[in-house]
Amino acid sequence: MKSIVQNVLEKYNSDATRLMDILIDVQEDQGYLPPPVLAEIAETLDISEVDVLQTVSFYHFFSTEPRGKYSVYLNDSVVAEMMGRAKIAEAFEREAGCKFGEVTEDELIGLFDTPCIGMNDQEPAAIINGVIFTELTAFRVKEIVNGMRAGLSVEELRAQSLGDGMNASESLHSTVDNNIHKTGAVIFSDYDPGEALAAISKESLSPEQVIERVKASGVRGRGGAGFPTALKWEFCRKAKGEKHYVFCNADEGEPGTFKDRVILTERPNLVLDGMTVAGYAIGATEGILYLRYEYRYLRDYLEKILADMRAAGQLGKNAGDIKGFDFDIRLQFGAGAYVCGEESALIESAEGKRGEPRDRPPFPVEKGFLGMPTIVNNVETLCQAAKVVVKGADWYRTLGTSQSTGTKVLSVSGDCKFPGVYEIEWGFSVNDILNMVGAETGEVQAVQVGGPSGSCIASNEFSRILSYEDLATGGSLIIIGERHDLLKVVVYNFIDFFAKESCGSCSTCRALTMMYRKTLEKILAGHGKRSDVQAMLDWVPIALASRCGLGHTAPNPIVSTIKNFRHLYEGRIVNADETFESSFDLETSVAEANRTVGRKL
Amino acid sequence: MAKIVTFSIDGQKCMAEEGQYLVDAAETNGVYIPTLCNMTGVPPQGSCRVCSVKINGKLTTACTTKVSEGMEVINESEEIQDLRKAIIELLFAEGNHFCPSCEQSGNCELQALAYRFQVLVPRFPYLFPERDIEASNPKLFKDHNRSILCKRCIRAITDERGRRLFAFGKRGDRIGISIDTKLAANISDELADRAAEVCPVGAIIRKGRGFAVPIGQRRYDGQPIGADVEQAK
Ligand SMILES: Cc1cc2nc3c(=O)[nH]c(=O)nc-3n(C[C@H](O)[C@H](O)[C@H](O)COP(=O)(O)O)c2cc1C
Ligand code: SF4
Ligand code: SF4
Ligand code: FES
Repeated sequence: MKSIVQNVLEKYNSDATRLMDILIDVQEDQGYLPPPVLAEIAETLDISEVDVLQTVSFYHFFSTEPRGKYSVYLNDSVVAEMMGRAKIAEAFEREAGCKFGEVTEDELIGLFDTPCIGMNDQEPAAIINGVIFTELTAFRVKEIVNGMRAGLSVEELRAQSLGDGMNASESLHSTVDNNIHKTGAVIFSDYDPGEALAAISKESLSPEQVIERVKASGVRGRGGAGFPTALKWEFCRKAKGEKHYVFCNADEGEPGTFKDRVILTERPNLVLDGMTVAGYAIGATEGILYLRYEYRYLRDYLEKILADMRAAGQLGKNAGDIKGFDFDIRLQFGAGAYVCGEESALIESAEGKRGEPRDRPPFPVEKGFLGMPTIVNNVETLCQAAKVVVKGADWYRTLGTSQSTGTKVLSVSGDCKFPGVYEIEWGFSVNDILNMVGAETGEVQAVQVGGPSGSCIASNEFSRILSYEDLATGGSLIIIGERHDLLKVVVYNFIDFFAKESCGSCSTCRALTMMYRKTLEKILAGHGKRSDVQAMLDWVPIALASRCGLGHTAPNPIVSTIKNFRHLYEGRIVNADETFESSFDLETSVAEANRTVGRKL
Repeated sequence: MAKIVTFSIDGQKCMAEEGQYLVDAAETNGVYIPTLCNMTGVPPQGSCRVCSVKINGKLTTACTTKVSEGMEVINESEEIQDLRKAIIELLFAEGNHFCPSCEQSGNCELQALAYRFQVLVPRFPYLFPERDIEASNPKLFKDHNRSILCKRCIRAITDERGRRLFAFGKRGDRIGISIDTKLAANISDELADRAAEVCPVGAIIRKGRGFAVPIGQRRYDGQPIGADVEQAK
């Protein structure tokens, strides 16, 4: 009989570019990736073991050691902290009898931290064996751990009412909530599966005409950078290559963002049709939907929809009844790494490698997946474009502002009455949003716009307008109330996140994030000097020499709070004397020597 | 014959074959652009960022960018030079570099750049990371304290079947270099020599040989790094 590993390898034709799938399948079967298994994989793929291991160790959901029959991944993002994560973590440790980062002696339960899992509107939340548990309480933790001891399945452990909308459907069956508090004209409006393709075949639109229509609508990228979508498609269409590829970026790793999860849950056909439309426009035959591993629970649901689409002729040969257009879509999962949301890192990851961003040029539109012209678009962007194809550019331009057309789906979380998802037209002010989501304006200390890589603004900027021309954002707003220690709880969490999530390839990003973290630690410990604050501003040009956006934006949590909340830094500077090294502590420095010689102080 | 393009570096007119990488093209024109992770003959990967230049106003790495007609490059502005100096300081503060006791002293590219850029005290706090020394391999000695994570060994050292002997492990603040114990156990003398040679610092040292060239007569003891390029002009 063939081993499981050999079966998996065969399933992927022993193709090293499918290493991610191979590792995921083996780990899901065995619970972890034992070194002999990695050796077997390396042998078959004819690559070295360190080469396999460098992919494995890049992603935090992969493990070469057992992580327990039940592996608990508890979110440690800022909003989780704000919503009482510490108590939940304590409860898990107490009930399980082991610390975070450890596995119980009987190998039953493993406890692990994980950055934002895309459930910020229902924190504290955890992933246990791939299943999402939301709104945890200490009582629930006790129940869950008791259930583990009794040998219940994860589904049984969950034992909670199902979530809203499609979450409750047979093929999804999840307790996650959508929390859609405002629907808009583009995304959360009516859409019939296949409608966008039907529009193309009914109007006999050529690929160029599709691109023209999207161009006329003014759709720009919703993944953060705001690149004009039609232009990207046009570049790719014109680039030479045997094959062209469409990627949908559903990595959604920016802490505080979860709108793509809701769009995938409620409008999967709009997303997938958007990929198909893009595929038609650029001349692709294959589309890949790259999802973060945190969204693994959507797999069966999405696979079923893909199967339905194939059965309905919306995918496959002459897809959507468009003569000569063959197109199909497959899912690709990551395994836990924020940087994989960066488009070239995403492509590297999809090729079975570490998610290290590439040097540009060449850009993915010229040389992307497997060296072929590739577009990478955000989930929401593809939806916007599909809707434009159906309803026309003129209609679309009536929504939003003159330079920011259409709608934007926001992920709102933190200190407000109604955290969740809101589809608004571009042009709302931050104040409008605070009112809409039930945040008490007097009690809001700061709003983090666009996640850690965005900016942290104070009330004097709440009149700014969400749009590409003023306050551009991928759509996440974290509302931070007065009661939180902004530097300690928020800013430190963010800079620590970047230091851990840097791919580590560029010296500037890898080392500088650690320098920022260390300097902030010093200030928080009361050893900071005024010159430390100034130094952190002076370091910004160094960050800008990094290869990708992660490195460029990593100082933002610190820099934007120095700019907007300088008094918080100044207030922590106890000693104004700049002439001595204030972080030097004689006692700790000689502690080891003292211990060695048995000297007591 | 390849097409010749003209471009400029700091206002000086230069010529090169189209498709050449900017670092190499600069060298042909007698202009030194400092590098650390780059290596002739191995596809570039902009890791160290020391070769940062401004091209048509935009910050880019010269080792990964190909020259094109009319390109305007800024190489030695105050801003760029300070950026490079900062990067060298970063690398010193990030690892544990005790030059006086290092076998590579005098041949080390990092140390040589620090001299060239007159680094005295880094502007960053020292991190003093805890890193290992690996001595189990019969021919190579790996001192992780000194690695600047430039990926040269990863990119350049493969066996006859193209399998890598070195690779990264983990990411971000926990990243490190790993060696394939199985493949490296039978490493040939030539490949072991090559591995020690590609490492710009003293993180890969050849066992059983020490101070073959005495201090004082080493590569950068007589003249600063880059001087050969500038003198060839
Ligand atoms: C560190 C980093 C993480 C990113 N994460 C995401 C992500 O999770 N989802 C996303 O759509 N774009 C993300 N991006 C932006 C992508 O690189 C890319 O610009 C985007 O997918 C393009 O799609 P769009 O033009 O439709 O916005 C990220 C960028 C960086 C630098
Ligand atoms: S900037 Fe950071 S994340 Fe981006 S490539 Fe460089 S090291 Fe990796
Ligand atoms: S061991 Fe040497 S060659 Fe390899 S990454 Fe470290 S410094 Fe570079
Ligand atoms: S030499 Fe160009 S980035 Fe290192």
